[in-house]
Amino acid sequence: MIMDEFIWRALLAGMLVVIVSGPLGCVVVWRRMSYFGDALAHAALLGTAMALMFDMKPLIGVIIIGGLISYLLMSLQRKKDLSSDAILGILSHGALASGLVMMAVMQSQGERIDLMAYLFGDILSVSWQYIIWLAIACVVVLAFVVRLWESILSIAVHEELARSEGVAVDRVRLVFMLLMAVLVAVAMKIVGIILITALLIIPAASARRFASSPERMAVLAVVFGLFSVVMGMFASMQWDTPAGPSIVLSAVLLFFASRLKPVI
Amino acid sequence: MNSFLIKAEHIGLQINQRQILDNISLTINPGEILTLIGPNGSGKTSLVRVLLGLLETKQGSLQKKDQLVIGYMPQKFHIDAVLPMSVLRFLQMGNKLTPDEIQTTASSLGIASLLAQPVQSVSGGEFQRVLLTRALLRKPDLLVLDEPAQGVDINGQQQLYQLISKIRDDYGCGVLMVSHDLHLVMEATDQVLCLNTHICCTGHPEAVSKHPEYLKLFGSSLDGMAVYTHNHDHSHDFAADSDVPNCSSCEKNPLQKAHDHDHG
Repeated sequence: MIMDEFIWRALLAGMLVVIVSGPLGCVVVWRRMSYFGDALAHAALLGTAMALMFDMKPLIGVIIIGGLISYLLMSLQRKKDLSSDAILGILSHGALASGLVMMAVMQSQGERIDLMAYLFGDILSVSWQYIIWLAIACVVVLAFVVRLWESILSIAVHEELARSEGVAVDRVRLVFMLLMAVLVAVAMKIVGIILITALLIIPAASARRFASSPERMAVLAVVFGLFSVVMGMFASMQWDTPAGPSIVLSAVLLFFASRLKPVI
Repeated sequence: MNSFLIKAEHIGLQINQRQILDNISLTINPGEILTLIGPNGSGKTSLVRVLLGLLETKQGSLQKKDQLVIGYMPQKFHIDAVLPMSVLRFLQMGNKLTPDEIQTTASSLGIASLLAQPVQSVSGGEFQRVLLTRALLRKPDLLVLDEPAQGVDINGQQQLYQLISKIRDDYGCGVLMVSHDLHLVMEATDQVLCLNTHICCTGHPEAVSKHPEYLKLFGSSLDGMAVYTHNHDHSHDFAADSDVPNCSSCEKNPLQKAHDHDHG
């Protein structure tokens, strides 16, 4: 059974996603953006519903709504009378609620929608065509991350210092948000919108104790992510557990294992 | 001749209907140390941020020398432990120097032995030197130091100010420094600008320390006091200094005792 082609496709898809979510996840952890990841993921449901409604590619819908959420976040943050935390809570749950409402409306109009697949992923159903798209998206996102790495890192350390040193902070932040939106759009199929943030944060957190530099942490986060995908897929095959949650659960187990390593 | 590094004319800044800065004009020349002093909330940091271009204002004009390179040392900040980063890696950000070049500058500031350590593990005083090194590595025309002696004990503070004047001599750069204790920076500064939303007084440190506006802000009992024996039996009440001329804008917030520096 292990030789079935769909399993290889699922493994490949999962691995492609964690190669990108590793470095992005590190930045999310450094900049305390995990709630933003959630908001983007929730927005992805709305984006998908919109795409279905207007007969677009889901990826396009997700990126448009993700960009909109990022823009709303930035403009609401500028007013400074609400914390980012509260603003994200509003946007995140607002997006989730409207996504669920829209999905229900579409369903009542006779559209066949598997809501569970969006919420919890459907890695076993990925096609070769999807994998090609995924690979292209991953290469593009990774290329941007590598190119902007120094700037992203400067901003993570101290935004104003970075700005004073000539880093185009606003532009880099905007690009980073769009990269996150792309990742969310492609990872939705793998672990579902509910668990995307887990894939960002947990491997990065596991990597921390083994890393002495930011770059090493990013690479190790990828390694932890790859192990999580393999373990999760294996568990899913062996015990017939849902694939997405099994991958996340594996990541959690690896995280606790990583805590066994003493702090240097 | 425009030999100045920065020339600000009639700068004003208003945030939420509150006047933060009012009619500030100043010039910083190469090789000159200008110290901004003033009580908390007097607009020192806001003025620095305006001069750095981090904060925009429509009031007044700001001219900078062409291709002005600024080395900025922000107020003491915290790098989260979740970001693995050595002092060396921190110093490599924002420039393209080799470890050898960084080593040389780090040695001259006495932090060469810290380079391999995690940046979170260095002490407050050491971290201030690390920040200063990072600012210097940019080979700046102008050093901007916001409360450089923060978190440094009093002996360390004097050393730090001596170091800053030595840097000025060695590098020939202009220095803009924020402080709230004139007596400590007195020897290290050429010009003092006493700020309390508007410019209270400006000039050579000796002159400023005897200026009635300064005394009104900081209390006449400070005058002539030795650095190490800071008595606390004096009064900080402005109203007690009734013999000094009135300055209405200084007294708009009588509850805010100007004398709020740290005696730790």
